[in-house]
Amino acid sequence: MDFKNVTLSELRSLLDEKKIGAEELAKEFFGEIEAKDDKVLSYITVTEEEALAAAKTAQVRIDAGEAAALTGIPLAVKDNICTDGVRTTCASRMLEDFVPPYDATVIEKLKRDNFVMLGKTSMDEFAMGGSTQTSAFKKTKNPYNTDCVPGGSSGGSAAAVSAGLCAAALGSDTGGSIRQPSSFCGVTGLKPTYGRVSRYGLVAFGSSLDQIGPIARNARDCGTILNTICGVDPHDATSRNVPADDFNAKIGAGVKGMKIAIPKEFFGDAVDEEVRNAVMNAAKEYEKMGAQLIDCSISTLKYAVPAYYLISSAEAASNLSRYDGIKYGLRGEGRTFDEMIRDSRNRGFGDEVKRRILLGNYALSSGYYDAYYRKALALKQEVIKEYNEVFEKADVILTPTAPSVAYKIGAQDNDPVKMYTADICTVTVNIAGLPGINTTCGYNADGMPIGMSMIGKRFDEATLIQAADAFEQQFSPVRCTL
Amino acid sequence: MARLYPTIGLEIHAELLTKSKVFCTCSAEFGGEPNSRCCPVCSGFPGTLPVLNHTAVEYIVKAGYTMNCEISRFTKWDRKNYFYPDLPKAYQISQMPRPVCLNGHVDIKTSAGDKRIRINRIHLEEDAGKLVHDDYAKASLADYNRCGIPLIEIVTEPDFHSAEEVCAFIEKIRLLLKYAGVCDCKMEQGSLRCDVNISLAEKDSAELGTRAEIKNLNSVKAIGRAIEYEIYRQSEIIESGGRVIQETRRFSDTTGETTAMRSKEDAHDYRYFPDPDIPPIIFTEEELDAIKASLPEMPEARKERYMSEYGMKEADADTIINDKEICDFFESAVSAYNNPKSILSFMLGEFMRRINLGEMSMETLKVKPEEVARLIEYGDTDKINKNNYKNIFKAMLETGKTPEEICDAENYWVKEDSALLESVIDKLIADNPKPAEQYRSGEQKVFGFFMGQANKALKGQATPNAIREMLEKKLKG
Repeated sequence: MDFKNVTLSELRSLLDEKKIGAEELAKEFFGEIEAKDDKVLSYITVTEEEALAAAKTAQVRIDAGEAAALTGIPLAVKDNICTDGVRTTCASRMLEDFVPPYDATVIEKLKRDNFVMLGKTSMDEFAMGGSTQTSAFKKTKNPYNTDCVPGGSSGGSAAAVSAGLCAAALGSDTGGSIRQPSSFCGVTGLKPTYGRVSRYGLVAFGSSLDQIGPIARNARDCGTILNTICGVDPHDATSRNVPADDFNAKIGAGVKGMKIAIPKEFFGDAVDEEVRNAVMNAAKEYEKMGAQLIDCSISTLKYAVPAYYLISSAEAASNLSRYDGIKYGLRGEGRTFDEMIRDSRNRGFGDEVKRRILLGNYALSSGYYDAYYRKALALKQEVIKEYNEVFEKADVILTPTAPSVAYKIGAQDNDPVKMYTADICTVTVNIAGLPGINTTCGYNADGMPIGMSMIGKRFDEATLIQAADAFEQQFSPVRCTL
Repeated sequence: MARLYPTIGLEIHAELLTKSKVFCTCSAEFGGEPNSRCCPVCSGFPGTLPVLNHTAVEYIVKAGYTMNCEISRFTKWDRKNYFYPDLPKAYQISQMPRPVCLNGHVDIKTSAGDKRIRINRIHLEEDAGKLVHDDYAKASLADYNRCGIPLIEIVTEPDFHSAEEVCAFIEKIRLLLKYAGVCDCKMEQGSLRCDVNISLAEKDSAELGTRAEIKNLNSVKAIGRAIEYEIYRQSEIIESGGRVIQETRRFSDTTGETTAMRSKEDAHDYRYFPDPDIPPIIFTEEELDAIKASLPEMPEARKERYMSEYGMKEADADTIINDKEICDFFESAVSAYNNPKSILSFMLGEFMRRINLGEMSMETLKVKPEEVARLIEYGDTDKINKNNYKNIFKAMLETGKTPEEICDAENYWVKEDSALLESVIDKLIADNPKPAEQYRSGEQKVFGFFMGQANKALKGQATPNAIREMLEKKLKG
């Protein structure tokens, strides 16, 4: 089997036509994981036993001719999505042995389809980072060049999809954590509209920004997964009831007459020339296919990174306070509970997490709140307004996903500000709560993938999938050689 | 030195009587085995999210209306961040800039007359858990059953100047919350808790003195004692030239004194910010009108109705409305037997007497209002002798039996049988020839003696009227 290219629809046919059994399929993927993951380091936990049991149940359903879209399909899940009985570490020492007593809503939905979970993938600790190098357990490598980062924070999921170690995966995106690793690893990743997918069971980082989404080989597969995991959830008051029958319904309609806006601020000097050129070439392809390109401006972009880091760090500082060693997770020592809490947190969290907690608490502390947090919230309103204005005349917005291709491991280790700045192209989408999709639009001279992003109107993922698919149909992906 | 004058403000926490907790579906009932009433949400497990219980919102709006508050059309929740082992998320979901209720007032009665206390705000938040310190095992154990029980915090303006005013206010708040059906106000169980902020300054001084906050007050009596003590303590300091320091103090019921808990320097920076997990609420006029309309009749309205409809005296009406359980009992009894006057007289008498003696309490009372109603009706219609109320009611309390069962068993029913009456009275007169002679010679007062003896002999099986008629007839012979 061509593990790196096989799509969900192909697997669906293979399973339904009994060309392969669900157990056999899972076993084949475990064979790939066994053979290659010591080079990629994408999985923190491999759940072979549970997967084979799930595959057996899935097979019964397939045999009965009652298969759902994802029945028997082997997927990987980012390790910040809670899985009942399967440890969920957030790639942190703090939760090294944490086994959730419940499933995240998305997992419940996938289980209803009888999917097969291959394991839990690595990530930056608590999803804070863009390289997966802050993982306490598996510092995932880029399958195109194992000297390079896979991106992050959903680097394990993106690398596993890219290297053919799963059919597709779930990631989460707070400031680009699905789209940027998808870009670095040459795969397609969709960050849904805020509220489209329940966050219940997603270990919170920046609650007003977090969203779970699919990482797959193409836009259609992303749509297939989104069809299953989307929907309003009584356990998440921020989830929204916006009906969508099929996110893939507009696939094949082409892009003739589609208005694609190009915001100039996203193509400045901060973005590498090879990336700019590749994305602009893609824009020209769209034009050839009949789309109309429009110039536009998102002038708030220059404030977006600081605003994003203030909001996400403030929320994170509060969200991560619960890790105090009392109820679960790593427990430190001390004569008083104050000492014990301090020791637990000191030992449990890595440097990047501590940096964000400090930043967040500083921004929220009395006397600084107005200067930082309140201003960041005000900027959020401005960003939303600007996007609304652009969407009055455009259907989607096209931008690079990251300023560069995947960089060498260690290249940004000592410069957090530089690392934060690299999020420039993705964070406004989270601030505005919009959907965004990354798909590969080219490769640089070294063969590293270059990703482009499309940003859609609220709850209009179908148009993003339509547009991304149109490009993918005429693009020949070069898979990694690992 | 001019007389020092206390200024007091209150923060009252009341647990709402919702069936489930404020952000999850766990039971909000009091007690339970430790950690038997909690779930991943209220224990703060990673990935869980709070979902607001709208009944709790309805209840705080009701509470706001009873205290004449403005209800914010737009209200939202904030996180109050601090570490403590009884707070599993390490933040409490509360309300900072946009509480549900603002600018209310409650009128109280004191020995000096009526007074209006202003309410600054009422907001909705979640309760924390409890720590149990096990000295034997040298361990502290956390019980999260109370985590997430909905709590309203009522903040008053510093409008009080005596313990009496504060106590009158707390009693009034209890009455209002109980009548509104939103809190059972059991201070001993912690469903109503009060923190007192108190400072002293010279009367008419433009500035208030430095205040102390007193916590751990679990009865109205304790609140009164703590205030008296604190006035004494602060006066001593000021009068001896010292300075009161701003701090939190704990009251001890055993010593009657307050002791320092923590000073202002130890105060937390709670780093409040809007909770991103809970969307704000925007009330429509219709929603608020519906909640207002669903409020039950409040004590003042009941009092007015009792006075105008039942012709009750104000003092009697005050007494009966002052305890919601007693008043509800009265209401039910009246709806079973429409004679408020007789029922009131029984309840203000025999009924309340037993409560005041501590022989019965409304919480454990098994006697039903309809049973009391029937008892009174039997008395009013001469089916039993009213002199037997006491005995029958006592038996009802003790045995839990109906008045009918007791009257059957103890022969309390009035008998139509005049032969029995006649024979009892004949025997009475025959046994007491001397008093009978006295009566016949015009000494009217011995009639009372015969009435008493006849009553006793008949055990209430005849009505006083029947006895009187028969006695007069026989004595005059």
